[in-house]
Amino acid sequence: MAELLIEAIVAGILLGCFYAAVSVGLSVAFGLLDVPHIAHPAFLILGAYAVYLLASYGADPLAAGLVLMPLFFALGVAVYRAYHVAFEKRGSGVDSGLRGLAFLFGVGFIVEVALILFFGVDQRMVDASYIGKSVAVGDFRIPVRMLVAFCLALLLTAALSLYLSRTFTGRAIKAVAQDQTALALMGADPVRIKQWAFGIAMATCAPAGALLIVVGPVEPGLGRLYIGRTFCVAVLAGLGSMKGTLAAGVILGVAESIVLTSLGPSWAPAAAFGILLLVLAVRPAGLFGR
Amino acid sequence: MKHWTGFSIAAAVVLLAALLAARTIGNEYFFFAGYVVLQFIVLATAWNILGGYAGYVNFGSGAFFAAGAYSAVALIKIFNAPLAVQVLAAASVCGLLGLLVGALTMRLRGIFFSIATVAIAVICETLVVNWAFVGGARGTTVLQPEAPAFFESYTRLLFVVMTLLGILAVALARYIERSWIGRGLQAIRDNEEAAESVGVPTLKLKLFAAATSGSLMGVAGAPFPLYMNFIEPTSAFSLNYAVSALAMPIIGGTASWVGPIIGAVLLGSAQQIITVTVSSELNVLLVGVLLVTFVVIAPHGILGLLRRVFGRKYPG
Amino acid sequence: MKSTRRDLLFRACTIALATALAAFSTASRAQNRKPVRVGFSIAQTGPLSSAGKSGLLALQIWRDDVNARGGLLGRPVELVVYDDQSNPAMTPGIYTKLLDVDKVDLLVAPYATNPTAPIMPLVKQRDLLLIGNFALDANAQIRHDKYFNNQPWASARDSAAPFLELCRKLSAKTIAVLAADAEFAQNLAGGVRQGLKDYGLQSIYDANYPPSTIDFSSMVRAIRARKPDAVFVASYPSDSTAIIRAVSELGIGSSVKLFGGGMVGLQYASIMEALGSQLNGVVNYNTWAPEKTMDFPGVRDFLARYQVRARQANVDPLGFYLPPYDYAIGQLLEQAVTATRSLDHKVLASYLRESELKTIVGPVRYGPTGEWAKPRIVYVQFRDIADRNLEQFRSPGKQVIVAPEAFKTGEVLPFAQARQ
Repeated sequence: MAELLIEAIVAGILLGCFYAAVSVGLSVAFGLLDVPHIAHPAFLILGAYAVYLLASYGADPLAAGLVLMPLFFALGVAVYRAYHVAFEKRGSGVDSGLRGLAFLFGVGFIVEVALILFFGVDQRMVDASYIGKSVAVGDFRIPVRMLVAFCLALLLTAALSLYLSRTFTGRAIKAVAQDQTALALMGADPVRIKQWAFGIAMATCAPAGALLIVVGPVEPGLGRLYIGRTFCVAVLAGLGSMKGTLAAGVILGVAESIVLTSLGPSWAPAAAFGILLLVLAVRPAGLFGR
Repeated sequence: MKHWTGFSIAAAVVLLAALLAARTIGNEYFFFAGYVVLQFIVLATAWNILGGYAGYVNFGSGAFFAAGAYSAVALIKIFNAPLAVQVLAAASVCGLLGLLVGALTMRLRGIFFSIATVAIAVICETLVVNWAFVGGARGTTVLQPEAPAFFESYTRLLFVVMTLLGILAVALARYIERSWIGRGLQAIRDNEEAAESVGVPTLKLKLFAAATSGSLMGVAGAPFPLYMNFIEPTSAFSLNYAVSALAMPIIGGTASWVGPIIGAVLLGSAQQIITVTVSSELNVLLVGVLLVTFVVIAPHGILGLLRRVFGRKYPG
Repeated sequence: MKSTRRDLLFRACTIALATALAAFSTASRAQNRKPVRVGFSIAQTGPLSSAGKSGLLALQIWRDDVNARGGLLGRPVELVVYDDQSNPAMTPGIYTKLLDVDKVDLLVAPYATNPTAPIMPLVKQRDLLLIGNFALDANAQIRHDKYFNNQPWASARDSAAPFLELCRKLSAKTIAVLAADAEFAQNLAGGVRQGLKDYGLQSIYDANYPPSTIDFSSMVRAIRARKPDAVFVASYPSDSTAIIRAVSELGIGSSVKLFGGGMVGLQYASIMEALGSQLNGVVNYNTWAPEKTMDFPGVRDFLARYQVRARQANVDPLGFYLPPYDYAIGQLLEQAVTATRSLDHKVLASYLRESELKTIVGPVRYGPTGEWAKPRIVYVQFRDIADRNLEQFRSPGKQVIVAPEAFKTGEVLPFAQARQ
């Protein structure tokens, strides 16, 4: 079944880039800012539903995702302010770490339940010209929606990577991750920079959510499946590395795809978590970690 | 041992009250709902041993709960084991699971530990989903045996059993808290490196806390299949257990054995009332909102608030 | 201090006593007009909700009809309904509540096999009458003697037989089986798996998937790679939709002559409309189709009335799948209660066991396990379906009945041919 394996790998690469796109926000929030953002998948689903709303008025899902970015940016800033005032300012003990984590866990939970109350537990899908078709490459057929996800994912990670390395604010964000005090001494306000960065991380949830609903149907509980995948990618990447996020995403995608094909779908959820545990046990700094 | 007499008397009173209720209260639904509250007392107390005392936030409580439930199911299917055997088996299996989790993840701090617990929960769920003997993804039904003569129904028996288990769990937590183990765990929570440097056997204590916590969660889960007559992985491993097990001690107060009881009784009862009168979504929302509110405003929970109001009357 | 407290206590007791007396007297006066409460949960949200809501409407229509005729035993009928969200974990709690808090008189099961299985031990323990609502083989292990399932399946083997017969007709030698790891799908797939040898079929692929699976590309690819002659799928609505879409996207291979079988959801109007031409060629079970062999007395009348109310209530506009059977459930209860003049579950159960009941889905007789003595499940093949057109399904010829012989309105076409 060699051709089945090759097909699985190809599908895995496409899937992996999609995973990278949905994890890139977490790489920034958790990797660079040290915020235990366990609510990230919940906001991804929120993004997907927001796109669904706009799409029901006729908008193209991917365009909707881009249009929603400023809104999510503002949301990110707000959430970070709340988190910072409640936890980071009060000192960095283990206790406040636990509470910060519990806080974000609770926030994620609230987002999920709010979606259930507003939209119900039914699955939602969008329709677009690129959904449902596939491209024939030799004997293989590649779904167009996966190709679209692949391209957008590359664009997103490339854009973010360039931003962090070329612009002033971007470099300030990387600096704040390395040494807050030094940055403060240089005249930049670390809190404002972290706020901005978290806003960007949240903003990625809009196009990532669009990808989510293009790739498959969404329902409010879907976030729970993605906690493992996003954290697996973020940790495997080496916290804060955008290139690493892409590489880690592809690794996860291919691994999951191979498990799916050989062991079946009932073992697939364990793939992400298995890799995560392995990484945490062997090399917690990840592939490209600092 | 004089500070145990008060506790023992209170425990005996509670148990008698439960037995009395089982004989006198007519409405069956009272026991159906009451069982859930008692179950959460055990779960919250168990979580607090690792989370409150030692500071290691476990997000995988659902896995231990479900592991206890599925151990019980396996024993029922193999040789129709009596309830007591199921509980003991669940305690052992989950204790071992806790030990294993502890050994694998104890090097990790903060959020990494918590994510690892989620990982282990999902892996356990995947294993159960693929285990056809206990029903796999479609679940399996469990028939309740005849209730012994004293009890009108088996649910009432389970109600009293869970009361007993609750008392045992709380007693264990109280013992740990007041002993050198508890002091060691507190030292770990405050500053693990400092504790290690002054000679506290941090690894052994953490493993002990993880094993005990896991074991008690399994005990909470063991009667579940008999209670529900049915078990399937998605609801058994539900993240709702993880959130509740975490929210209840935080709301009640993590510093003492009293906190989880307060949190479980208040939040558990509120949940049961809301589920009957309004909807089940709203009760999940309630947990999330209360968790967030307490964590921000009252980090030491209700106990902490009471302490502020009444001075040093309550432990902090 | 003490006297005021005693005063208060005395006053409280008097009020309580007075209220109790008042309540008691109103209660006894109202005894004759106390409604007959029929309790059940039904999927109003979740994957099964499309059919669930339509079934609920049918029962509501029945309730209104019965009350217009004077109710049951002179008392008005009241429905006590909860939403089980298509989730089997919710039903034990809901049914305990129905019995202990709402204290209903009669019970109907939730719609579908998965939510029904968990409550079987409960009703057996309390020895209650339960009318099943499209649950396949739910009583096979428990063997409760007061369970009567209203659906045209008799058993999984009986349901699988017409599909296997079609395989033989199309000279299929190899078969792939794909089933959700859930009660209904496994029961139905079990029927197929048991019957394979009798029809000369060899299984070359057999996989179960967890109900939460969203992406079926890898499974469709795996099936395609093995080139089977027939593919039997037992799935629930969201999976059915995803599988049909995956097959349209990736192709199932030119070897496949027969595809479908036990896919729930392909009978719901919303899904049929959404999938459109992607359904062409698929052979799937159904309980009713607007073909001339299914014209039972009363059913067209009912559907006309249902469709008017469905438009207002925003539920399944066609109502072919569940509504006639749920209306029939009401008819079963009505006949049993009226004939025996009783609400005693034992009496009602023996009446249902022994009589032939007249319903809008035809005459019904029950077998020993509470299933229909004779099955009436049909397999239809979707033909000439256009995209985004709901009205086309109202006319015959879109769901051609290809099996069993007694109800056939057309010959089955090989999958690839019907796909054009």
